[in-house]
This record gives sequence, structure tokens and C-alpha cells, in this order.
Amino acid sequence: MNALRWTFPLAAWVLAPLMLGIINRVKAFFAGRQGPSVWQLYYDLFKLLQKASVYSRSTSTVIRIGPSVVLACMALATTILPWGELQAPVTFVGDIILLAYLLGLARFATVLSALDTGSSFEGMGASREVQFAALAEPSFFLGMLVLVLHFGFSGLSKMVSEISLETWQTSGVLLILVGCSWFILLLTENSRIPVDDPNTHLELTMIHEVMVLDYGGPDLAFILYAASLKMWIFAALVVNLVVPMHSLAPWLQAPIFLLGMVFVMVLVGIVESILARLRLQQIPKVLIGAALLSLIALIVRLMG
Amino acid sequence: MTIISVLLILSCLWLLGSSRLHVAIRVVAIQGVLLGVLPLVRSMGDIGFGVGVLGLSTIISKAILLPWLMNTCLRLSGIRKEIEPFVGFGPSLLCGTALLGLAVWITDRLQLSQAQVPQVLLISSFFAILVGLFLMVTRRKAITQSLAYLVMENGVYGVGVSMSLDFPFIVELGILLDVFVGVFLMGNLLFHLDREFEHLDADKLTELSDLSKSTPVVVEAVEENA
Repeated sequence: MNALRWTFPLAAWVLAPLMLGIINRVKAFFAGRQGPSVWQLYYDLFKLLQKASVYSRSTSTVIRIGPSVVLACMALATTILPWGELQAPVTFVGDIILLAYLLGLARFATVLSALDTGSSFEGMGASREVQFAALAEPSFFLGMLVLVLHFGFSGLSKMVSEISLETWQTSGVLLILVGCSWFILLLTENSRIPVDDPNTHLELTMIHEVMVLDYGGPDLAFILYAASLKMWIFAALVVNLVVPMHSLAPWLQAPIFLLGMVFVMVLVGIVESILARLRLQQIPKVLIGAALLSLIALIVRLMG
Repeated sequence: MTIISVLLILSCLWLLGSSRLHVAIRVVAIQGVLLGVLPLVRSMGDIGFGVGVLGLSTIISKAILLPWLMNTCLRLSGIRKEIEPFVGFGPSLLCGTALLGLAVWITDRLQLSQAQVPQVLLISSFFAILVGLFLMVTRRKAITQSLAYLVMENGVYGVGVSMSLDFPFIVELGILLDVFVGVFLMGNLLFHLDREFEHLDADKLTELSDLSKSTPVVVEAVEENA
């Protein structure tokens, strides 16, 4: 059983780049293009790992450590997430806070490295990143608070494994609200379209991409891989929340989970295809809206 | 019922954040439908004649007639489609959070005599009232202010339904009629305002530009007319 628990992190480490490939294929489908292969990111990573890193003379060691810290944080974070009823390898009371701050630490490392380059554009990106992160964090914690109130304060694995069809019947509204809120959080944290465009390379508007402009070779590979793991983490949170795993047969849970992940990716692809990027001033509005969704869920939980 | 309350809160938040007038009108129409369904859901299946009439007339007046009136007013006056706020949309949403907190606090403080009053519905209704007041104060156009009046009335209606269903439905219907007449008059007034001053900016109404150069006697005459 203990070995089985490691299947989730292993699956995440192996399959995460595939998920971004799926998003790109969906976007290509909507644009009427053939699109890159779903395995494209694997090729990219392989190519980048064979190159050498180049560092600007104006940088210090911070930028050299940055990508490793980011990757380590993301890899650790995947070990906290469960896979339906199958518990995560690392689970203890309050592990959600560790999860949140691993993500926070990764962001901190990215921001520090971006500032380390001394480029004004990267500074702008860093400033935006922390501004939006500050607005995005409440929706994560408020959603978690709803879960904690509903299932008692325990490990993430335990709380998530208790979501069943009955939970949907008695308090489906909560799950929908928190699910929507976390989906917006997913789009924000992974710099997807309504908030940030992963394909843009216009320094004045981008947020996350601008912070990683100065990386090359293995460092860039680390960053790209960490970004795909981050996408996997948030999608796994949403899927674990929305799919009533408790009511499914144990052998069905992993396939259904993977199916759910693919579904979330397709959804992200559709959102990216049909929505335009928001103006920068409007992003806080969306983030406050997401936090409000969780807040309403909290009110319904407390008063309803 | 929880779903309706949540949708009511969300629609109010949408109103706080949206910048398009016709979207706002549509959201208010959706609120009308929600409120029309509310008494039917609240009576738990045993739908009496009064409840049915109340629900139906609410939907007809709040979701069809009044939005139509608003849209006509919008078209005839030919005003620009954007809402012009004094407080921006982002800060409005933040204020909305505070108002939501206030609504929860009010509901929490209420000494309810009945146990079966749905608290979430009460919260969302108080929230609608507060949002209505907030919109009335912070939006520049006169038409948005009458929309805000409608939102506030929706909240009052929600409180009424959540408190008791035995509330004589004649009274509710009377209130509906009042609101209808009120909004009708407002629409008329807006139209005339627009024709007279060529804008619907409530902020500029304090100036009365036509009369600024004239003698005080004329101003008095206007005040008497008003």
C-alpha cells in the first residue's frame, strides 16, 4: 500500500508535460490548425537539458539557485496531493498549509531571480506576480476553510477522500462555488489566458513569462517542467474536489481521476480559445470575484 | 433555496462589477426570475393560489415589463452604453465584500422568532438592499439609479418572502404595482430629463445649466413646479 501511494507523484512527474500538450492541441483545434504534437514539451525539455546554461554578468547566485528551488517545491507539493481515496505519500494534519507555502516559496524564488537580473521588465513582471498572488491567495484559503469546516481539520487526503455523492446532494452548492473559485485560481496561478497569455512575448503586458526571459538551457527546462507540475497540482485540486471519489470503486478512481485531469485541461483550452486576455487593470476584479465565490461558500456553510 | 440565494448574491456582485448598462438590465431581469421562483420553492411544493399569482406576477413585472421599460428608455434617450461609476469596479467589488460581511452581521444579530427562516436567503436579501443603496450612491447616470432602486426593492421582496409566506399576497401585489408605477414614472422622467438637458448625468443636475444665468425669480418658479 505504501508503494502504491507513490503512484500519484510518479504519475504527476511523468504525465504533467502531457497536460500542457493537451491544452495546446485543444487551442490548435479551435484555431483550425494542426498544432504541435501532445509530446512537444517532452521534446523541448529534452532539447533544453542538453544545452548549457548562459548567465548574464550582472546576475548573482540567486538566479542560478532559483530554478532548482522552484522545481523542488513543485515536486514536493505533488507528494501532498491524493489521488481519490488513495492517500498521498505525505499526509498529516494541516498539510494544506504546507502545500500553500510550498507554492508560495516557489513564487518567491521566481520573483527573487527575476529581480536579480536587474532588468526593468522582469521587475515589472515580478511586481505584477506578487500583486496578483496576494489577491489570489484568499480564494485558496477560503476554499480550504470551507473544506475544513465541512470535513473537520485533518490532512488534505482525508478531507478529499470523504467527498461522495451524498456530499453533492447535501452541499453541492459549496462544491460548485469552491470548484469555480479554484478553477479561476488555476487560470491565474498558471498564467493562462484571461489573466496572462502564456504565448505572448510582449514585455509590457505579460506577467509570468517576463520573469523567466533570462533563463536558458537546463534552467529553462526546470522552469518549464515546474510550470507543468504546477498546472497538474491545481488541476488535481479541482478534480479531487469536484469528483465524488468516495462513491467510486477503488480500481475506478485512478482512471476517473486521469479522465478528470484531461477534462480540466480541455476546459482550460476552451477557455483560452473563446476568451480574450483581460486588460491588466481588470484582473484584480476577476481575482476578487474568485475570492468572493469562496467567501459565499463559507457563508452558506456557516449560516445555511 | 440555497441555490437561489447564492445566485442572488452572485447577480448583485455582477452588478457591482459590470460596466455595461444593458448587461446590468439583463442581470436585474434574471434577479426578477429568481425572485419569482422563490415563493414557489419556499412553499415546498404545496403551491396555493396566492403564491402562484405572486410568483407569476413577479416574473412578469420584474423580469419582463420593467427590463423592457428600461431598455426602451435606454434606446430612446440614446445615452452611451457604459455605466459611469464614481467608485471603480474593482473597489466596488471590495466594498461589496464589506457589504456582504455587513449583511451577515445584520442577519446574525436579528432575533428571529421563527426557527425555519432560511438564513442564507435573508443574508442575500439584505445584501441586495445594501448593494442597491451602494449603486444608487456611486453611479453617475440617472438610469443606473433607477436600476439600483429595483435591486433594492428585490432585496426587500426577498426579506419579505424569507420572513413569512403567509404575508397577505395582496400586499405584495400592491408593492409590486407601486414599484412598477415608480419605475414607469422614473422612465418618463429620465426621458424628459434627457430631452431637456441632453444628458442623464445625475451629478450635473445640481447645476441646472439653463438657469444659472437667469434671475432668482425664475429659479423659485421652477422650485414651485417641482
